Amino acid sequence: MDIQITEQIIIMLAALVLLTAFAMLVQRKIYGLISLFMWQGIFLALTTAFVGYIAHRYHLYISAVLTLLLKVILLPYILRMLIIKLKISREVESVVNVTSTMLIGIALVIFSYQLTAPIRQNSAFVAQSIIAIALATVMIGLLMMITRRNAVTQIIGFLAMENGLFFAAISATYGMPLVVELGVAIDILIAAFVFGIFSLHINTTFDSLDVDKMAQLKEDY
Amino acid sequence: MALLILLFVPLISAFILMLVGDRKFSYELNIIASAATFLAGVSLAITVYFTGSMLVWHNYFFVDAFNVYLAVLTSFVSMTTAIFSRRYMKREREIGRVGHRRMRFYHAMFQLFIFAMLLCLLTNNIGVLWIAMELATLSTVLLVSLYRTPGAIEAAWKYFILCGVGIAQALFGTVLLYFAAEKVLGEGGDALLWTNLAQYSDQLEPTILSLAFVFLMVGYGTKVGLAPLHNWLPDAHSEGPTPVSAVLSGLLLNIALYALVRCKTIVDGATHTHHAGLIMMGFGIVSVLVGAFSLLRQKDIKRMFSYSSIEHMGIATFAFGLGGALATYGALLHMLLHSLAKSSIFYSVGQASQMHETQEMDKISGLISGNPFVGWGLMFGALAIVGMPPFGIFISEFLILTATIKQAPLVAPVLLLGLVVAFAAIIRKVQPMVAGEVPAGQQKIKVANLPIILHLSMVLILGLYIPAFLNNWFIKGVEILK
Amino acid sequence: MKILPYILELVQVLILLVGAPLFVGWIRRIKCWLQGRKSPSLFQPYFELLKLFSKDVYLAENASWIFRFTPYLVFGITLLIGAIVPILIIDLPFSTTADVIAIVGLFAIARFFTALAGMDVGTAFGGMGSSRTMMIASLAEPAMLITVFTVSLTSHSTSLSQIVQTLTNNGILATLRPSFVFSLWAFLMIAVAETGRVPVDNPDTHLELTMIHETMLLEYSGRHLALMEWASMMKLFLFISIGKAVFMPWGIAQSGQLLAIPLALFFLIIKFMVIGVILVGFETSLAKMRLFRTTEFLGAALLIATLGMLSYFILE
Repeated sequence: MDIQITEQIIIMLAALVLLTAFAMLVQRKIYGLISLFMWQGIFLALTTAFVGYIAHRYHLYISAVLTLLLKVILLPYILRMLIIKLKISREVESVVNVTSTMLIGIALVIFSYQLTAPIRQNSAFVAQSIIAIALATVMIGLLMMITRRNAVTQIIGFLAMENGLFFAAISATYGMPLVVELGVAIDILIAAFVFGIFSLHINTTFDSLDVDKMAQLKEDY
Repeated sequence: MALLILLFVPLISAFILMLVGDRKFSYELNIIASAATFLAGVSLAITVYFTGSMLVWHNYFFVDAFNVYLAVLTSFVSMTTAIFSRRYMKREREIGRVGHRRMRFYHAMFQLFIFAMLLCLLTNNIGVLWIAMELATLSTVLLVSLYRTPGAIEAAWKYFILCGVGIAQALFGTVLLYFAAEKVLGEGGDALLWTNLAQYSDQLEPTILSLAFVFLMVGYGTKVGLAPLHNWLPDAHSEGPTPVSAVLSGLLLNIALYALVRCKTIVDGATHTHHAGLIMMGFGIVSVLVGAFSLLRQKDIKRMFSYSSIEHMGIATFAFGLGGALATYGALLHMLLHSLAKSSIFYSVGQASQMHETQEMDKISGLISGNPFVGWGLMFGALAIVGMPPFGIFISEFLILTATIKQAPLVAPVLLLGLVVAFAAIIRKVQPMVAGEVPAGQQKIKVANLPIILHLSMVLILGLYIPAFLNNWFIKGVEILK
Repeated sequence: MKILPYILELVQVLILLVGAPLFVGWIRRIKCWLQGRKSPSLFQPYFELLKLFSKDVYLAENASWIFRFTPYLVFGITLLIGAIVPILIIDLPFSTTADVIAIVGLFAIARFFTALAGMDVGTAFGGMGSSRTMMIASLAEPAMLITVFTVSLTSHSTSLSQIVQTLTNNGILATLRPSFVFSLWAFLMIAVAETGRVPVDNPDTHLELTMIHETMLLEYSGRHLALMEWASMMKLFLFISIGKAVFMPWGIAQSGQLLAIPLALFFLIIKFMVIGVILVGFETSLAKMRLFRTTEFLGAALLIATLGMLSYFILE
């Protein structure tokens, strides 16, 4: 394939990753959120494969397959099981103030673009400009964790943030060394399990998944 | 070889304890495993002491004076905590706060946690360092929520979310570090090895490293419990079982600080400015003040001492940021002494709250008449932690304060203010608990004396004189971090 | 003075005038097929317009000049836009008179007067329709402008002819860029809202709870109504033409290529037929959304347009 076209495709996929991040920010239905997370995983895996192709880093193919397995198949499966078990698969969450959340999200994109300026100056690889997108994805995941009140949604926000980190590693450095990447993947998997166990505990203890209900531990002022 | 044993013992014993489960002898098994870890640590330390720093197993692991002393400390405190938790957890089991399955879980996770911390310390790869740090978080999250009370679950959730977010920032910082290193060292695992990074640090791109340090600071700083990222810490410490609080406060905070300091030396080498140090000083001094003033209005005893941890971690971070031989020496000593003193305090505190079946300070009194060991243990521990001479913390705080007056005189009064406030707050709150009448309903419990005596006497001895080998280590550590 | 460009200009306006009702007839026919009904003639919209033209005009007692003036204005403006947009060929004499921003402005004038006319008679429905139109416009217009800016950033010009030319020269690679795809997406959403199609508005019903555009036309009759209906058919045609020109310009004849015109006409018909099918496919598969969801729909369009613009700067 032509290198120029491959680069175009990578850039396109990067934009789609960012778009899914934004979509997750405002998606109300938990089920839809999981589908969006899955899509983000697919775009991520494709980007990884294409970057591997264009840069002749064939270990990235392994990462791509790993991403596909973990983020497109396994994690969405766990999350679906979880929401079925918690009986919230049809739940619609109230998202406060979509417009301002969006505006903050856009501001974060611009902020990330500014912040990553030194990296773009130091990079030879065209697709490295997408590190700004990667950082923006991390920030938007963070924003999602702040604005949402449902425990499961926060989990998805956390995982989306991790997607952004993985994306950063791919775009800036053709991925981390394989040892590190495997370790991170295992950590994420364990984290997802722990999160799952936790939301079950939260549900039984507080009779709700609203994290605002957990307000016992506070400083008395 | 000793290094691999040191790592494998806790990992294997985690599996064994998981299989063995909640038996009569599993408490003792936990102690034996921790003791074996400690022995391996000591033998590793002896080797390093005589042969100098070394790279092991394809450069994957690296030991020098800085991390070996922390490894010995980690294995030692985890051993004493295992001894303490034998009586403590038996009691919790008897009064029904912990069930059969959770006991199995507790022991397995305890060993896994120790493994994660040792891996953090000994790995040469900053990527693996991150992974181990995350593993340490994950293994303690479920320990914090062991009691399954609403408070415990809330605390663990907070801990998980905040540290998860924080540590994600650290991963981004690590990616940036790798990005800069890859240009100099080439691709592959070598570019993430700490030894290589330190060697070629002056060739790395300074702007990228400064950016990376900001992310690393926020990330690992969250785990150190530096203000304003400290919100998880008091909750996690107060709601979890006391042995967990002791290792969290005494060890995990140290490990996170270790990671931060390692990264700082690389960044300093590249930027040739005091930029990273200034950030650390800022976070440190804010933490000292926030910790000290929050101490004043605490009602829960474990919560109070966790704010004291924030304060002390603030002091150490500040001192590392300050740099220079004197301050770094003081900071290394402070890390050691704080973790000894703080864990011994948590041992006493745990037993005191078991006796009164509450953690509220208003309801605890008459400890000395009720149980002299617990009472005097808490009293001496408190005196040690606020920096009363002749306890060792006085020496380390004195060193740091002297260095501050010399290098950053304007900050010295602020630091002193923090220390004085903390002193007043802790003594005022501890005194009524240890003195006074024995309240009705105080329980008689079997106490674990050995760990408290061991820790406090070590803090006392280090205040009177520092053994030559320890002194040597610290001086080597100072050289490494220069 | 050359006469040929003016003839071409005239031909294009004629195509617009004739093609718009035909396109609507085509859409209705496919819709009937999809719903398993027997469809009326393809030329049914013409018959309807003819019928309306032959009827008398009834005016409300308190209708002012604005009410009578609006149909002619709206129709005239739509024709003017039709003369500017490259439907068949670029670089027509009128295309230099206004760029794409001005086109957005012209549409805004037409909308403004329609809204005024809706309120003029003083019935409850007219005012309601006006307020709904303006609510949609307040969100759709900025989104439209951002989309336009993003596209003109690539071609370094806001003139539609220029944009078409640049894009045709750059080939397929020019369209496989995130800024472009996002802009196209946003444009589609805006076009749906502006031309009053499902899911924002349904042109086939007169249900007071949901209708937007039709509410303002309730008081019109006779030739006034005919002009307004015709103008709204042309608006749909024009939006598709703009989208076609900016996002898939292949086949539009370059300036001075007389021989390319038959081919361009052929492409035009094919494209409109395909677009009609796609449009109907969407309209039958989607349900109309609640009125207050439209703000979110357009907010999303605005966001996507902004993302398109950002990705132009960040990624390209």
